[in-house]
Amino acid sequence: MATAEATTKTLKVQRFKPSENPTNTYLTDEKGVWAWMTTVDHKKIGIMYLVAVAFFFALGGFLAIALRTKLLTGASIDFIDADAYNQLFTLHGAIMVFFVLVPSIPAALGNFIMPMQLGAKDVAFPRLNLASFYIYVVGAIFTFIALALNGLDTGWTFYTPYSTESGSSVIWVTTGVFILGFSSILTGTNFITTIHKLRAPGITWSKLPLNIWALYATSVIQVLATPVLAITLLLLIMERWLGIGIFDPAMGGDPVLFQHFFWFYSHPAVYIMIVPGFGIISEVISTFSKKTVFGYWAIALSSLAIAFIGFLVWGHHMFTSGQSAVATTVFSFLTFLVGIPTGIKIFNWVATLYKGSIKMDTPMLYVFIFLFLFSIGGFTGIMLGTLSVNIHLHDTYYVVAHFHYVMMGGTLIALLAGLHYWWPKMTGKMYNERLGKVSAVLIFIGFNVTFLPQFVMGSQGMPRRYYNYIDQFAPFHQTSTIGSYILGVGFLIMLYYLLHSLFRGEKAPANPWGSRALEWQATSPPDFHNFGHTPVVIHGPYDYHQPMEEFQLGIAVDTNGHGKDTHVEPDDPELDKWKNYSLG
Amino acid sequence: MGRLFDFMLPEAKSPTADSTDALFHFINEVSLVLLLGITIAIIYFAVKYRRRSKDDKTPVITHNNALEVTWSVIPLMLTLVIFWWGYTGWLNLRAVPDDAYEVKVTGFKWAWNFEYENGAVSPNELHVPAGRPIKLVMISRDVLHSFYVPEYRVKHDVIPNRYTYVWFEAEEPGESQVYCTEYCGTSHSMMLAKVIVHEPEEFNTWLATANIPGSGTPVEQGKALVETNACQSCHSLDGSDLIGPSFKGIWGREELMSDGTTITVDENYIRESILNPGAKIVDGYQNQMASYQGLLDDDQIDAIIEYLKTLE
Repeated sequence: MATAEATTKTLKVQRFKPSENPTNTYLTDEKGVWAWMTTVDHKKIGIMYLVAVAFFFALGGFLAIALRTKLLTGASIDFIDADAYNQLFTLHGAIMVFFVLVPSIPAALGNFIMPMQLGAKDVAFPRLNLASFYIYVVGAIFTFIALALNGLDTGWTFYTPYSTESGSSVIWVTTGVFILGFSSILTGTNFITTIHKLRAPGITWSKLPLNIWALYATSVIQVLATPVLAITLLLLIMERWLGIGIFDPAMGGDPVLFQHFFWFYSHPAVYIMIVPGFGIISEVISTFSKKTVFGYWAIALSSLAIAFIGFLVWGHHMFTSGQSAVATTVFSFLTFLVGIPTGIKIFNWVATLYKGSIKMDTPMLYVFIFLFLFSIGGFTGIMLGTLSVNIHLHDTYYVVAHFHYVMMGGTLIALLAGLHYWWPKMTGKMYNERLGKVSAVLIFIGFNVTFLPQFVMGSQGMPRRYYNYIDQFAPFHQTSTIGSYILGVGFLIMLYYLLHSLFRGEKAPANPWGSRALEWQATSPPDFHNFGHTPVVIHGPYDYHQPMEEFQLGIAVDTNGHGKDTHVEPDDPELDKWKNYSLG
Repeated sequence: MGRLFDFMLPEAKSPTADSTDALFHFINEVSLVLLLGITIAIIYFAVKYRRRSKDDKTPVITHNNALEVTWSVIPLMLTLVIFWWGYTGWLNLRAVPDDAYEVKVTGFKWAWNFEYENGAVSPNELHVPAGRPIKLVMISRDVLHSFYVPEYRVKHDVIPNRYTYVWFEAEEPGESQVYCTEYCGTSHSMMLAKVIVHEPEEFNTWLATANIPGSGTPVEQGKALVETNACQSCHSLDGSDLIGPSFKGIWGREELMSDGTTITVDENYIRESILNPGAKIVDGYQNQMASYQGLLDDDQIDAIIEYLKTLE
């Protein structure tokens, strides 16, 4: 390495042990409503997203409970008539997809955790980050205006020509979703830039936490796919408003074209929702097994592979739509290919457990639930990608069950794993572990009781989006509804113990799980600038065979321009060897 | 033969269903084996390697290329087999036998209409002979619909601007349920029909006596038109309240309009309501109906008026 000598930069480093009793945190700096609303701190913005997402999740969940309650019987009932039911499932879908799943992990947890995992003080464009949040809020306001006017009854997919003719507030909602898309694009751009430019000294691409790889892949999809949704919705608005025939055959358009446009975004969007979940699973499974993630590169690169192939499979939503036979064949083939990297991830996670030191705390319990439910989601996805079988199952409850296993059993359960995992870091408080487990088990049971029967009734022919059903399906629908109530109870318990934790919770230590990841080397809750120093990283985030002290290094204070208080661990003889660390 | 997942599927009544079902079972069984494998591995590891002390040391196992290749290639092979199997099965669903008997299908909000070679029509009932391939040539009059018969394992969207088709062969006389599986608005879940499979001779008898539009007295024609256009799916014939006002006793009825005026139902009001439904809305109802301008001619409207007069 003689030649490298010339380019090597020598950094003076020292250990910064995170204080267990931080006096200055992001929660004590810049207090008050106005300070929060105008903050450019990625942590506060992340928390604001989290609150918004939780609110929309509660709203979407309430709609789901209402429509499951209607489906206790196949008869027409007064308090929910067919039109009200159509609004319920449309709004449930639209809210859960656009306002919960898409922003949940990247914009809420990602915003909070990503800069900390990179050892950065904030994202690359903090003001843009705040703008993204307000764009999300404006999109939400448009949707509420639609609710107050005529609601929406088109299904979350807005299929034409129904959506061209519908008397509901299609323009308000599509405009809202159009605006929302910009929030997604800007967040993606911000994240890509941050990951490229703001990594702390020593964080090479091979030392990047897998959560960052996942967010990176997600951001690429967000930036590339979301504009197509914007174009599609704009065309729909033009058709309804200006009468320009694009999709409506009555005006010379083609309704199948709309489906191509719509799924060109909405299929990659499925990966916008699930890939960041993969990131969380990798982090949690490593921490609670105290072990290097098995197959780091396989997991990292499979996220990118999914992001790429995910763009080429949209037509598998349209096998019965009348698209060409060649297209149908190719889309089916590519759909199987996208299943492979997903399978690889599952196998690598399971292999990570081998010879680990496994602690079954709530976040890890959610990871196990994820592995089980998401595997079912994956296998049933293979079933649906199969041409002849898809013809039978398309637009039945089998599809409904499949995407709930992927989106709720996958993304949402991963979100809960991440929420419980990072909760002590974000709030500085611990939650009640026992209630956490009770709630996780209830959610697991409730979820399966709700959605397993839907696979059966779907295979038997029960179509989706049906207000009525024939008697044959009654036992399945009733079981499913009971399951949804169990799910509801599980979430209420969670709401209780998380609120309890916020106000009365035990103080969290800086690193309650003993993780080696960088975000855990900050105080809980973190400093306003995340770290009072510039972290220096010499090991990978999962190197549990290395001593904890070597994960707490930073540029030595005398070379740090900031006068901020830092928690210096002076002259630890063990760390002498790092005093003049060379970044090769 | 009895297979583990038999309980999931309805009876199979068309020859192409066998391939679909065999593949459905194969994927389920392979998935079950893999899911059990993964689940057992997780539980076994979680118990065997549970944390015993805070200072547990774990071995550094970063990766294993042989394993990565194994668990990439085996699933890849499996999925390629499944792809090919599904593809060939699907080709059979798309390739209509030459001797297929053709029936025209029209889907509209919210009913199906079936039209036969001799001009006969049968709303919401598809009559076919057993043991002969049937090709349905389908089109929609308004939004997207989808024609689905679970027992035949066939489905295809019905689109307003182009013809689509499905084919099946009913092996035995009997009945099968038809669903609309593309969301189409208020009564989407009521857009049902039945396939009624006859013995071949019995089918010919049925066809010869089936209703042919334009035949019979004006009242009979009007009745047939109301049925084939599924008017009764919104306007009940028994006085019950559906999406629109009931047809029962409609003739000569005094109706309060949403603008506060009162009108008496006569020829001109009915005619206007068919051709320009939004012009006068009865109080308490929504403006939901589509115009039948171009779909019903003057003689047909006259026939409907004559029929409505009889519904006292």
